[in-house]
Amino acid sequence: MKEALSMNRLGVNLAGLNLSNPTMLASGILGYSVETLESIVEGGAGAVVTKSIGLEPRDGYANPTVVQVSCGLINAIGLPNPGIEEFTSEIRAAKTALNVPLIVSVYGFSEEEYATVSKKAADAGADAVELNVSCPHVKETGSEIGQSLEILSKVVRKVKEVMEKPVFVKLSHNVTNLTDIAEVAAKSGADALTVINTVKAMAIDAETAMPILSNKRGGLSGPAIKPIAIRSVYDIYERVKTPIIGCGGIANWRDAVEFLLAGASAIQIGTAIALRGPNVFSAITRGMETYLKRKGVKSVKEIVGLSHRR
Amino acid sequence: MSDYHIAANKLRTTPILTVETESPTVKTFTFKDKECSRAKPGQFLMLWIPGVDEIPLSILSTQEDGRVSVAVKEVGEATQALHSMKAAEIIGIRGPFGNSFTEKHGRILMVGGGTGIAPLLFLAKKVASKTRKLVFVIGAKTRKELLFIDKIEALCSKSSVIATTEDGSYGIRCLATMPLEKMLDEEKFDMVYTCGPEHMLQKVFDLAEKHRIPLEASLERLMRCAIGLCGSCIIGRYRVCRDGPVFTANQLREVKGEFGIAKRDFNGRKIPLE
Repeated sequence: MKEALSMNRLGVNLAGLNLSNPTMLASGILGYSVETLESIVEGGAGAVVTKSIGLEPRDGYANPTVVQVSCGLINAIGLPNPGIEEFTSEIRAAKTALNVPLIVSVYGFSEEEYATVSKKAADAGADAVELNVSCPHVKETGSEIGQSLEILSKVVRKVKEVMEKPVFVKLSHNVTNLTDIAEVAAKSGADALTVINTVKAMAIDAETAMPILSNKRGGLSGPAIKPIAIRSVYDIYERVKTPIIGCGGIANWRDAVEFLLAGASAIQIGTAIALRGPNVFSAITRGMETYLKRKGVKSVKEIVGLSHRR
Repeated sequence: MSDYHIAANKLRTTPILTVETESPTVKTFTFKDKECSRAKPGQFLMLWIPGVDEIPLSILSTQEDGRVSVAVKEVGEATQALHSMKAAEIIGIRGPFGNSFTEKHGRILMVGGGTGIAPLLFLAKKVASKTRKLVFVIGAKTRKELLFIDKIEALCSKSSVIATTEDGSYGIRCLATMPLEKMLDEEKFDMVYTCGPEHMLQKVFDLAEKHRIPLEASLERLMRCAIGLCGSCIIGRYRVCRDGPVFTANQLREVKGEFGIAKRDFNGRKIPLE
């Protein structure tokens, strides 16, 4: 097994999890059921992250919940999820069915809620949790947690107290001090940082003068936010040693490579699945492998942060 | 990749051109939309009722001049709001989305229930002149709710339209699936198309399986993004918005644990179909 992994140019170890390649499903996309997660793994993902799960079931917002703009999508779906009690059976089944690491995304309205849900997810078999402290469209959770150094630190510490498995923290770019926040998350015990969530955004229809999303405000994903995400990864890499998972507008192998060069050890894909389907993962993986061969690089790990040395 | 383009996903706002009353609970809304006017039978669109909701609707008909019609049954808050709208009021459109019925030209049987008749009528218009045989079974609760019967009788010969009502106020007093059992014993068909309440679809599926006839059924689920991302409309491994809404018998066999049995609620939980 060890030999097989060392033979794999694309294999990475992310905070103790072995990924056969550095592509991961981003949270919020299709992650309700074992069957859909399986289709993503068949598409070539090295790991999957579920939808964000909370303590109680949540219906999310009325439609429209997604609106297309010229350079991406704005969404405010509102964290719909069945609640952790119901979701544990899905986690158990997924653990049996999937042969890649399963990461459960977790949100809460207090540090205790984050800890309770994380513990239940881990007990049900999740290989790691990813704390959503960056959702830009639900009040009193998400980015309202992740923009305060003090609250963020409390949440991460509380979760780490009850968890032996790795804890990832997904950050928002909509803060004045992203690198300070990254440092606090790292010092509080985060095992990896996912950078970045969607960027605060909005769309208005000129004919009706109405905000289009039912929640009015939402988060922008897709190619529009890629340069923002790259800068965020680059800045954080200079400040902390904690592994970074790059996320934001990745649609092809070149995008993925750029994130690795900026300092990401792995990358997440979401919005591009609407363009290219679940096979976007294998397409990106193949492209990365060709790139590494062409550059004479034996392991993908060698290019992580390479741009900092140029 | 510098831009992000999903075919027809950008919202277009457009005035309602006409509103026609089809039954006490169903109205047909017509508007102009170039992209949806190129839709194929079975595809759906997302209709935005500004300030209220955005709902998935099967396309009923398209015209070369860009007009598009949808039949809408009043079932809740959103459809109630839409029913209160009049010509010249503004709605938003995304789509067309999803796959479509394959257009076969042999001996065809169509089985439609309620507003599920809409996409089948669209399909029948496309294939009627080319088929060897076209039998259309339609069902509703009452005569008043039996949709588009005149249009269907104009397309098929009158003897090949079989109407059923649950109260016997028109046609045969039974469920739409009742006449099928005898018909499939006596006549040969090459293809069954069906759309309507899922319990009906399941019964039609079982009969088609028994008689080894290929089938395509159009399913309905809660929809949000309509582009295969959010997972709201999943059945088994399929996304109804992207991999459907039309499913073949082979695919339905794969999702037997959910087809006709369960759907996903707003919070993603699996709940029984009502």
